[in-house]
Amino acid sequence: MGKAELPLHAPGTQVDKGYIGQSVPRPNAQRLLQGRGTFTDDLRFPRLAHVAFFRSPYAHARIKRLDFSKALKQPGVIGVFDGRAVAEYCKPWVAVLAHLKGIKSPPQHAIAIERACWQGEACAAVVAESRSQAEDAVQLIEADWEELPVVVDMEEALQGKTVIHRDLGDNVCFKREHDTGGVDEIFAKAEVVVEDTFHFGRHTGVCLEGRAILADYNAAEHSLTVYHATQAPHMMQDIFSRHLGIPEANVRVIAKDIGGSYGIKVHVYPDEMAAAALSVMLRRPVKFLADRLESFLSDIHAREHRARVRLACTKSGEILAFELDDLTAIGPYSVYPRTSGIEGNQVVNLTGGPYKHQKYRGRTNVVFTNKNVTCQYRAVGHPIAVALTEGIVDLAAQKLGMDPAQFRKVNLIPDDAYPYTFPSGLKFEKLSHHKALDLLLKITEYDKLRAEQSRLRKQRIYRGIGLAAMIEVTNPSPAFYGVGGARISAQDGATLRLEPTGMVTVLCSVTEQGQGTEGIFAQIAASAVGVSMDKVKVITGDTGVTPYGGGTWASRGAGIGGEAVLLAGRALRSNMLDVASKILNLDKAELDIRDNAVINKLSLERKLELAELGRIGYFRPDTLPVDFQSELTVTRHYTPRQYGFTITNGIQASLVEVDPQTGFVKLLKHWCVEDSGTVINPMLVDEQIRGGVVQGIGAALYEECLYGPDGQLLNGNMADYLVPMSGEMPDIVCAHIETPTLQSQLGAKGVGEAGTAGAPAAVMNAINDALAPLGARVTRMPFTPERILQALKKV
Amino acid sequence: MEQTLTTTMTVNGTQVTRNVPPRQHLVDFLREELGLTGSHLGCEHGVCGACTIRVNGEIVRGCLMLAVQANGCRVDTIEGLSDSKELEKLQGAFHRRNALQCGFCTPGMLMAAQDLIRSGKKATREEIRAHISGNYCRCTGYQAIVDAIEEVMQAEVNHG
Repeated sequence: MGKAELPLHAPGTQVDKGYIGQSVPRPNAQRLLQGRGTFTDDLRFPRLAHVAFFRSPYAHARIKRLDFSKALKQPGVIGVFDGRAVAEYCKPWVAVLAHLKGIKSPPQHAIAIERACWQGEACAAVVAESRSQAEDAVQLIEADWEELPVVVDMEEALQGKTVIHRDLGDNVCFKREHDTGGVDEIFAKAEVVVEDTFHFGRHTGVCLEGRAILADYNAAEHSLTVYHATQAPHMMQDIFSRHLGIPEANVRVIAKDIGGSYGIKVHVYPDEMAAAALSVMLRRPVKFLADRLESFLSDIHAREHRARVRLACTKSGEILAFELDDLTAIGPYSVYPRTSGIEGNQVVNLTGGPYKHQKYRGRTNVVFTNKNVTCQYRAVGHPIAVALTEGIVDLAAQKLGMDPAQFRKVNLIPDDAYPYTFPSGLKFEKLSHHKALDLLLKITEYDKLRAEQSRLRKQRIYRGIGLAAMIEVTNPSPAFYGVGGARISAQDGATLRLEPTGMVTVLCSVTEQGQGTEGIFAQIAASAVGVSMDKVKVITGDTGVTPYGGGTWASRGAGIGGEAVLLAGRALRSNMLDVASKILNLDKAELDIRDNAVINKLSLERKLELAELGRIGYFRPDTLPVDFQSELTVTRHYTPRQYGFTITNGIQASLVEVDPQTGFVKLLKHWCVEDSGTVINPMLVDEQIRGGVVQGIGAALYEECLYGPDGQLLNGNMADYLVPMSGEMPDIVCAHIETPTLQSQLGAKGVGEAGTAGAPAAVMNAINDALAPLGARVTRMPFTPERILQALKKV
Repeated sequence: MEQTLTTTMTVNGTQVTRNVPPRQHLVDFLREELGLTGSHLGCEHGVCGACTIRVNGEIVRGCLMLAVQANGCRVDTIEGLSDSKELEKLQGAFHRRNALQCGFCTPGMLMAAQDLIRSGKKATREEIRAHISGNYCRCTGYQAIVDAIEEVMQAEVNHG
């Protein structure tokens, strides 16, 4: 193994990192800056038909009669279809996984048959020559409904007086309990016990580009090409194949530019499956775009939880045990194919995460309700678990009269304790909680902040400082989904090809939705091969051309896809040096590749330009020895396997000012220290963390899908559902600890979900810190001015 | 057939005439009739700012204006202002600072930002944040966008 083949995190490898660690601008941003990207709705197809859906106005109702006669007479209408008609072309699904023991869900169809279970469920489809014609005709569908009893409250769902799916027996989709044993004994004799109940508002992703799909069936080939705003093209290829009855080899899924995803676009949506089925039925391309109102009604929601958490500690502040009782409501169906049991499961896995207590009991109940479905959205379970943990930790510190930073210092798992098995069963390879806390205290100038806070309090200015330490799931192994029977790949592949011109083409199964995946792959490939970044072209998001892989979710793009690119890049370089050694008649060991040329390793003399290597390799192989064949395309794959997840860590701080007269919270500043292992591009990482923090701030302060007692969504539009806009957002300071994972050569851990995981907890703790001298406390997110005034007993 | 009105406007410097259904909003017209797909539809109710375009020199929400209302107007879109290089500096600063991720909000964001730059005002960070508060970005934390606009504004002020 030469020096350059050592892992990037091996001692003495700094000089070989090339572009890795540099803030290089993303090459693929140029087209987006000129409005010349290709989002699904930008595609133009001959004979394109448009589908619009007739959606249930009721949260739970039997469909007694659907009358399409008026709709069918509308101009441009090609056809109107009910659930039975579409079911002939699309098999239903049941979203369960074998490793989530006992999880249950009823069969779900692309279009509801007989019964609608949430307001907004698609009950009929109109296909027309234009979108407006399809939408016009939807208005003329007549339906008779029989309203059924509605379950909207999750406590009532758990009690089960009204059961939504009678065949399932009760409203419990999934439950899990984890118990180390010895918890009751600890709580019985603990010197200090604190307890609180936290509520988390149901919210959603609000991708600026709505869900989008254009399915193009070719009847002659019995093949289907789907242009899809998806994070997981290969997963969707498998799904379309199995549910539409088309051989997998005949299904191609292409994900071009995608206008935000955050987990929203990694699920199977019934209306999208219907659009694909309609393309097969009608033997022509069919497009569906979810408009904003449909997005609120049908994009997955997330995070509706009520959780009681208890903490036992000694008088000196040593945490002994956590206990958790979580309840979450997921709507009427578990979402396919990842299931809706994962968020509750993660809350059980992650609660108490950063701390060194040994005893833990956690329980979650996941129940059905007649609201829109929920599923995995950015940072799945983390915002809940971190807020529960950090909320109760602050309460304990307050009770003991200890500074929250000091309380954490006493209890965080020591940096030399790894590998470490956490009471929930998670295994940690190597974390850096103390380094991260120390760095956070330094960059926040924590002591100064506290001094300023107490000075301002005398002037009745109520500032609060909130901390949130966290652990995070990244780089998941097949233990996440594959072991449960889901055909979701935990491995990814990269193909690198030297072109005759000396350019390098990278094809990778991880997709790009703006995180900068293609940019970092170019950085890694250029560094591994020895070319400049302008010589690299990256292609992702096409099952027809890239290696097979999982795509983008669970903070896995850099850690898994990046490693595949690195391995393929090193293999390609080795193969290129084989060719160079034949051309130059020199020993391969004397040669290296740098700055787009083969060089002498010692003298650094340029021996052969890569364009010349490519020319000979492709056009004049007759000049090479007859027993030698150049291999200038290589593919490598990578799967993390040593740990279930490459858990990483970080810590955030929020500084807020609360106005006790109005209940308004002003965000003054936010900090995030993150350990994402090897940082490939600090600029991209920082802005991704900031974006994540802002999504977390949305959860803490603004965002909630509000439902009436009849299961009607009350604020399903952007005027009524508040999202964070630039005016209210603070500057966000990012800093890094780099503890590379030793499982891979690259050493990268995930970072995409870090901001969202910790920000709600940090903001909550900051608000409660500000409110503490006023004797008030809030535990129900989002912390609207009204809720803060209620806590202050002013309304 | 749906009734139409003959509408003429100058889009990115080129005069176009079409028979337009009165209910069609301006961005649908630009995207569907003219194939100018750089202006995006994010909410179609005037909140998100993804469809921000320029009509007679003023930025407007393209989803809140009907195409027929633009009869006789000059309309500038991201494509036109890219080709004329009017946005070059902002686009360069956005690129260098990674002031975009998915890029769906970016055309509208650039239109709003350029509106502030063109005012010739030297805005504070808070004023920049306020000016782009009608443009929703879900990916970035807005900070790089503010940085990029600040950088260009600073250069303009120093230059002018």
